[in-house]
Amino acid sequence: MDKNVNQTDKWESSEGVHSDIPSGKVERRNFLKKLAILALAPIAFGFLGSTDKFKTIKKWMLENGYVPSNHKWGMGIDINKCIGCGRCAVACKNENNVPKEPFFFRTWVERYRIYEDGDIQVDSPNGSIDGFENSRTNKKMLRSFFVPKICNHCENPPCVQVCPVGATFKGEDGVVLVDSDYCVGCRYCIQACPYGARFLHPVTHTAEKCTFCYHRIVQDKLPACVEVCPTQARVFGELNKKASPLVRFLRMNKIGILKPSLNTEPKVYYANLDMEVK
Amino acid sequence: MKKFLQKIPEQVKRLSILLVVVVVVFIVAQSLLTPKDFGLIGHFRATSVQNNADKKMQYAGQEACSDCHEDMWKIKNAGYHKNLSCEVCHGPSLNHVNEPDQFKPEKPMGRNFCPVCHEYNPSRPTGFPQIVSASHNPRKFCISCHNPHNPTPPQTPKDCSACHAEISNAKSVSSHMEIPCTKCHETSEKHRLSPREFLPTKPTQREFCGQCHSKDAKSDISIPRINMETHEPRYVCWQCHYPHLPEAQ
Repeated sequence: MDKNVNQTDKWESSEGVHSDIPSGKVERRNFLKKLAILALAPIAFGFLGSTDKFKTIKKWMLENGYVPSNHKWGMGIDINKCIGCGRCAVACKNENNVPKEPFFFRTWVERYRIYEDGDIQVDSPNGSIDGFENSRTNKKMLRSFFVPKICNHCENPPCVQVCPVGATFKGEDGVVLVDSDYCVGCRYCIQACPYGARFLHPVTHTAEKCTFCYHRIVQDKLPACVEVCPTQARVFGELNKKASPLVRFLRMNKIGILKPSLNTEPKVYYANLDMEVK
Repeated sequence: MKKFLQKIPEQVKRLSILLVVVVVVFIVAQSLLTPKDFGLIGHFRATSVQNNADKKMQYAGQEACSDCHEDMWKIKNAGYHKNLSCEVCHGPSLNHVNEPDQFKPEKPMGRNFCPVCHEYNPSRPTGFPQIVSASHNPRKFCISCHNPHNPTPPQTPKDCSACHAEISNAKSVSSHMEIPCTKCHETSEKHRLSPREFLPTKPTQREFCGQCHSKDAKSDISIPRINMETHEPRYVCWQCHYPHLPEAQ
């Protein structure tokens, strides 16, 4: 064994790496010691630093008068009331600086047309912002309606599960948010979302989605889409406070959710949902 | 102890040193690369909750408008547009709330804005007031007849089709096209101005259709007849026949 060590020492000194240090054994012990200190120091400092940060966050919650764990947000959408005017999609783009080009939407409205021959057409030209044209076909319509779509803020969000860096998460108030400073833009969450509610921002190259207008709800304001909906098709509120308009909405209507078989447990509830809506 | 150490083969010792180095490097790298606030309230950076909450607002909310424009606010809240937020038409106006003189909200005047909601579209819910803008006073601006803050029509709509376009379109190609809506739906005059408060009636009994379609009815000979006693007596007529388009299967 000694032979071996000597050999390696010779080899190292012949390379000229440790030529000024006489004994290789002492050097190694020192090196390992330093390494251990180096490894432990940042962890210790990090721990101290983080507890400090934690205090400031707690403080922020109180300063703002908003404590996430006291809330649980959800949305109700009455399909019978939606007129497909697309004002929600416009307001969302204005409020959240969503790129104006088509294909980038945090919320949009789909038109469903179900014909007597069983054919189903679903379209959403420019996310409903430019309106829906009446196409002339000879086919007889059976029923037709508009369905506003938005991030469902799932209780079990598949997008959060797949994020490799923890840049998207479900907050204590149930809102699924994106940390755009931390997102690496891998698009895995976009693939994972069963509702197609996410997109990659073309400038920042980070994932974007509906936040229920988080900056508004922490200040007791309604999300922009709910604020501008001219027919009150959208209802926003607390899920576990009995007096909230959303709880009333859930009590007064027959409620459906999108893709219940996936067990994502959406917090966007639809009244008068048609079975063809996917 | 020394013997035990000597018993360990050389390659295992070297590999275990390598393993320790790899683990240490991993721990160092992880502690350096992970943000300090990561994992405090969950598997994410705690400050990103604040970052999300710190974004700038654009829409002020209609309560903000009512502080200065109380007169308009009152007019709007007494009319059909009472459920509309001001910013649906006037655009995002938080800038205007903060600096009223510097930023002015939009005022959509043209003929292309109101039809965004009020153009006829068969997918829209029945009863929502819709027009076909191509034939609805095509050369006039909407606001020359309708005050957008109180959009009660200048003349109360003459026919039901002004709002119930879907039904009236179906009826106009059916054999019931000659029958006025009011023959089956008793409609008070007030329904035109407060449609949801004063609802028209609907027939409730199969004898109502029997007035024309029963075997012994005193109606035109060309009208199809049925025997009221034997023709599905357990059902009301409109469970099978759509009254606005009875030809439909």
